[in-house]
Formats: sequence, structure tokens, C-alpha cells
Amino acid sequence: MLNRKDLLGLIDASKEEITEILDLAEEFKQRIKRGEKKLDRLSGKTVTVLFYENSTRTRTSFEQAAKYLGATTINIAAGTSSVAKGETLVDTGKTLDAQKNDFIVMRHPMGGAPYLLAKTVKAGVLNAGDGMNEHPTQALLDMLTMRETFGRLEGLKVAILGDIKHSRVAKSNLFGLKTMGAEVRMFAPETLIPKGMDKLGAKICSSREEAVKGADVVMGLRIQLERQQAGNFPSLGEYAANYGVDEKVFALAKPNAIILHPGPVNRGVELTSGIIDHERSRIEDQVLSGVAVRMAALTLLNEARNNGEATK
Amino acid sequence: MIIRGGNVVFKNGVEKKDILVKNGKIQKIADYIPADGGEEINAEGLHVFPGLIDMHVHLREPGFERKEEIESGAKAAVKGGFTQICCMPNTNPVLDNKVAVSYVKYRGKEVGLCKIHPIGAITKGEKGEEMAAIASMKKAGAVAISDDGVAVKNARLMRLAMEYAKGFGIKCLCHCEDKDLVDGGVVHEGLSATIAGLKGIPRAAEDVIIAREISLAETLDTPVHICHVSTYSGVRMIRDAKKAGIKVTAETCPHYFAATDEIILGYDTNTKVNPPIREEIDKQAILEGLKDGTLDCIVTDHAPHHADDKNVEYNLAAFGISGIETSFGFAITYLYKAGVLTLPELAERMSYNPAKILGLEGGEIKEGEVADFAIASLDEEWTVDNSKFLSKGKNTPFNGYKLNGVVKYTVVDGEVKYGESALAQKEGSKTKTIRVCGVKMKDKE
Repeated sequence: MLNRKDLLGLIDASKEEITEILDLAEEFKQRIKRGEKKLDRLSGKTVTVLFYENSTRTRTSFEQAAKYLGATTINIAAGTSSVAKGETLVDTGKTLDAQKNDFIVMRHPMGGAPYLLAKTVKAGVLNAGDGMNEHPTQALLDMLTMRETFGRLEGLKVAILGDIKHSRVAKSNLFGLKTMGAEVRMFAPETLIPKGMDKLGAKICSSREEAVKGADVVMGLRIQLERQQAGNFPSLGEYAANYGVDEKVFALAKPNAIILHPGPVNRGVELTSGIIDHERSRIEDQVLSGVAVRMAALTLLNEARNNGEATK
Repeated sequence: MIIRGGNVVFKNGVEKKDILVKNGKIQKIADYIPADGGEEINAEGLHVFPGLIDMHVHLREPGFERKEEIESGAKAAVKGGFTQICCMPNTNPVLDNKVAVSYVKYRGKEVGLCKIHPIGAITKGEKGEEMAAIASMKKAGAVAISDDGVAVKNARLMRLAMEYAKGFGIKCLCHCEDKDLVDGGVVHEGLSATIAGLKGIPRAAEDVIIAREISLAETLDTPVHICHVSTYSGVRMIRDAKKAGIKVTAETCPHYFAATDEIILGYDTNTKVNPPIREEIDKQAILEGLKDGTLDCIVTDHAPHHADDKNVEYNLAAFGISGIETSFGFAITYLYKAGVLTLPELAERMSYNPAKILGLEGGEIKEGEVADFAIASLDEEWTVDNSKFLSKGKNTPFNGYKLNGVVKYTVVDGEVKYGESALAQKEGSKTKTIRVCGVKMKDKE
């Protein structure tokens, strides 16, 4: 059982917990595909979506997940500026608690912020991305797509290429995939690999070819223009030419390998258009997986609350 | 006053002696001194240290009284065994002129607990643009200059300040931090930062400025003091510089020899401090540096903050640890009990060397010296409990730590300023003592 109050990261998620979420998510995904979008697993519950950073994909995905489950959703776009200027996160949390929210889904530009919120509120907190730290539901949806494709996660070779340093997606995937017994390889310019990633179990590769060779999954991460402007690499062109994945590189992966990307994609930078639109690309499928895992996470956290088992 | 039967920590050893104090000075040290009917402290079973000197604290007054005041900071200091403390100028207004320096000095005297020595700023407003009025500040009582909190970015300006200050014997205390390399980091750059998803501060951010200050000291043949050393590489550079005969001295803090960066996991903002708590290799080098004398002093960098400054996201939290009430306990537990330093060595790092570096009185127990003492039980175990801090800053990451070493009495200029137990009362004394949370303050008559 997912006997937690909050879902803040995959750093401490067990194999059983991840499997339970993925199993239920798989079921939800099938039901959505069949057009069953009116479930009542969360009816009478309130889910507040509190985003301190811009996002379309994750925010709407969480809202949709909550709505499909029959919850009332409230959307607060706090904007980054209010973090520094306005009400403190602790005070915002107390207000949301006073309104008897059941769940708060938060995205925040600073690592660890969901831990502060979770400590403050009685509501269950779901981390929708905190700075460079974690984005657990993104990794879960990636794992759902992988598991559906290959029927397993154990033993899969997953190559993650792109801005590893600033990527909460890379870290949550690393934690989750290692727990599930997969191999995680990473490749990026040295300036975009954080210290100690190898000690966390990632295999740091010295070329994109080494990373992709024999891989089951090739995951590109968004390269933000601001990282180039901050001097991490000379130009997007140089990045694409030396670190991007094109058809030639992808050909080194296993024949049935799939391509993933958390989006939004910079076409021609981390992945070429030929890769994004490749027949082995599962980037669009990831979107539906996203709604399904968020439904599963909300459902399981809610069950734990109802059963008084939210002990962690 | 007679301090009777204590194990006295001298420069070169520990001996059981009686100490006779007259007119604020140590008049006589002997195996037995007959009672004279005056005040006596029974120090049987206790250790008598020269009054501890903390040459790096933040008292926040004027300007940030919500975090700390000179009075609350001084109470905390005497509780910690400190008889002299030197406060950094990053207040509001900054201590960059004689008026501000005089104010702090005056408030320190008015509070009347430990001796408070202001440190003046190197540059006006600590802005790193123009030299502050160093000569006037020295005349007003500043014991050193520092832009603590920031490094003087412009190396030429730093050079000129060091040269100018050299002319009248006042030292630069250098906060070593290259802001470009810090680049918004909040914790040590390493595995723990990666696990927590927090931006790291590389060792180089500290080291490049340490190297610059050492180079300036060598070029100008002028002494320089390096603040709060946290890196193994910094320790090595200072050791090499000393070997080469460069006039460099250095300090470190308890949190750098007692903790490593795993402490940040869990996002306790009380672990956020600048420079950051680093790795095991650094901790070991700091211990080694304290042992071989590369690091001359233990300071607290006491940086009290209001709870509101810490009860926020890690990135937004203020840097700093409230450390003046735990420093002695950490030193006894992690240095003396752990076999790193002998008691005379510990007294040297916490009293003699700071006095020597800044030209202060005290630092040593000998006849004729000022009667400043920290009298402590070394075996007594206690648990850090920030709710009992006298400092306004309750920001410690060490709550619940079990430490040895409890200060029982702090004596400043021959007067007991802190003491839990009752003292023999002075016959016919005009001064009434009142108890303020264990701190005895003179009642104004």
C-alpha cells in the first residue's frame, strides 16, 4: 500500500509502491482509452493545483486527472514573482489548509519546497516539480510507457541525454528506474552533469554513441536557451552537433527501442525532428500516461488518507 | 576574589591552583591562597580557562534587532564562556565610520557583560567601492577591518586597504568568496547537493579568494587573516603559505569540524551557512589544520536570525548558524575528548591566538594579566536545546546533539558575569546582583 500522506519524490519510493501506482495507472489508462472519463474515486474531494512556475502540460494533466476522478479542482497560478515578494509558502499552505483542501499539487522553482509545504499542511501534497530536485509523476509516466512497451522495467537500459544538471525529470527517473532494476545511462556536456550522479547509480557516458548503444529507451531532455546564455555550452548549434540525438545515433539503440521526451521539445536541439516524429517515438503516448499516473497517485493517496494509513 | 582549587589551563599545561584576583587583574597564582573574606568561587573538579575570545560574531545591532541585540548577544556570549567578542560590521547602518563604531562600543559597555570589540568595514557600506575611514574607526575602538559577508571584489582596492591599514597596525579579516563561482549556490557542491536538488557552491569559490589574499599578503609583506575556512584545499594553501613565511592567520568554526554536508538532506534551513558545511575530506583537513596550528583560531561566526528568516524555502532562507552558546561544547567534545587538541592547545585556539592576532588583552592565565576566565565542567554531558538559548537567534542545526563541556562561571575583569550557582557574597558590597536567565547583571543604582 502507498501508505503516504504526500508524494514528494521517488528517492524513498519502494518497488512495491511504484508497482502499485503503475498497475492502477495502467488500468486507468485503458479506461480513458475506452472513453470512461467519469469516475467517482475522488468525488467530494478538493484538489488545489498551485503552480509557482509556468507549465501547461503538467498543470492540465493534474487537473484532468483530478476531474476524471470526480474531484473539485482549484487552480492557482502563483507566478514566480510572488515567491520572493508576496506571502510566504508556509502562510499560503496554512490558508489552503484552512479551506480544507484535501490535496495540493505544487510546482515550485526551488528544490525542497514541497517538503516545507508538506510539513506545514494537513492536506496531501503532490510534487509536480521542485527546482532541480524531483518530478515524481513525470518519472512514473515515463516508467508506465516503458513498462507497457516492454512488459517490464527490470533490466531495461535507459539512456538519458540532455540537461541532466537542472533536470528534476532525470533525477526522479534515476531514483525510480534504479529501484525497479533498470540501468540508467546519462550523457551531457560536463557542465550539465551534477556532482555525484555516478554515486547515485547512474552510468555517466563519454559519448552519445556509448549512451545509446544497445539501449531500450532513449530519453531526450529539454535544453533551455537560458542554459546556453548562462555559458554552459557555446551555442545550440554546437550542442545539437555533439550532444543531440539524430537517426544515426538512434540506430545504435536496440531495434525495438523507444524515444521519450518530457516536453516541450526543442526540435533540432536535443532531438532532431526525424527522431521526434520517428515511428518508435512514444512522446505523444507519454501525455496520456501522465493523466493516468496522476489519477493513480491521487487515488492511492486518497485511499491511504481514508484508511488512516497515511503514515509517512 | 579567589578562584579555588580549579584545574588551571596554562599556556603549557594544566595544574591545580588557586587564583587571587584583585582590581580586575590576576594578582597571584599559588597552590594555596588563604581566604580573605571576599568572594570565592569553588572550582574544585572544574577547569579554569582563560576567558574565551570569539573574534567573529554578528550582533545585528544596529538595524537588525529582530535577529539579535548587543545585550542578547552578550548574554549568550557569557553563557558560552566568552569574555571578549568581536562583532562584524554588516549591520544597518554598516560600521564603516567612527560614529557607528563608537555606538557599538558604548552599547557594549552599557550592557556590561563581556567586552565587545567592533570590527570596522573595509569599504564604505561594504559595497566594495571606496575605502572606509579606517584610521578614524581604529581610534574609535575598531580592532580590525572586514567586509564580512562579502569579499572585496576588486583586488586593487583590497590591496590598497591592506596597505593603508598596515600603516597603523590594523588587520584585514578576509571573507573569501567569489560570487561568480557561487552563482546562486546555497549548499556545498557535491553528492548531497545533487540528492537534494539544491544548487552547489564549489570549493573554488572560497579558495580563489584565499589564494588572492595570501598573494596580496606576500606581495605587500603585510599580515592577513582568513575568515571561516571550510575547505581542505584552503587549509592546504594556508599551511603552505605559513611554511613560506607569509604572514597569514586563519580561523574555522565548530560546524566545519563537527558536521558534513549530509546534514542538509531534509532541507533544515538551519543547516544553511556561508561558507557551506562541506564533506568528510574537508572536515578531516579542518581537524588536521587545528591540530598542526595551520588554523589559529576557533570562532563561531555566530549568525543569529529570526525564525521568519529560516521558515521559508531553502533557497530563500538566510545563511547563518547561531553558535556562540554551543562552541565550547563542540570544542570540548569534538576536539579535546576526541584527542585532537590538548586543553592548552584548545585554550590557545579559543583565547590566546585571537588575543595575539588582534592585540587584545587576556588570552592567558598568568600573574598580572586581566582576570578573564571561563570556568567549566568538562565531563558534564548536556543536550543542545535551542529553546534555552539566550541569543535571540535559535537557528542551530544541532538541536538534540549531546555535548560535553558546560561553562559554570564566566568572569570578566574580575567580576562574575555568568554563573548558575550561588556565590559567596562580597561583604558590604555596593553592587547588588540580579539574575537574568542565569546571567548576572549589575543593577543600576
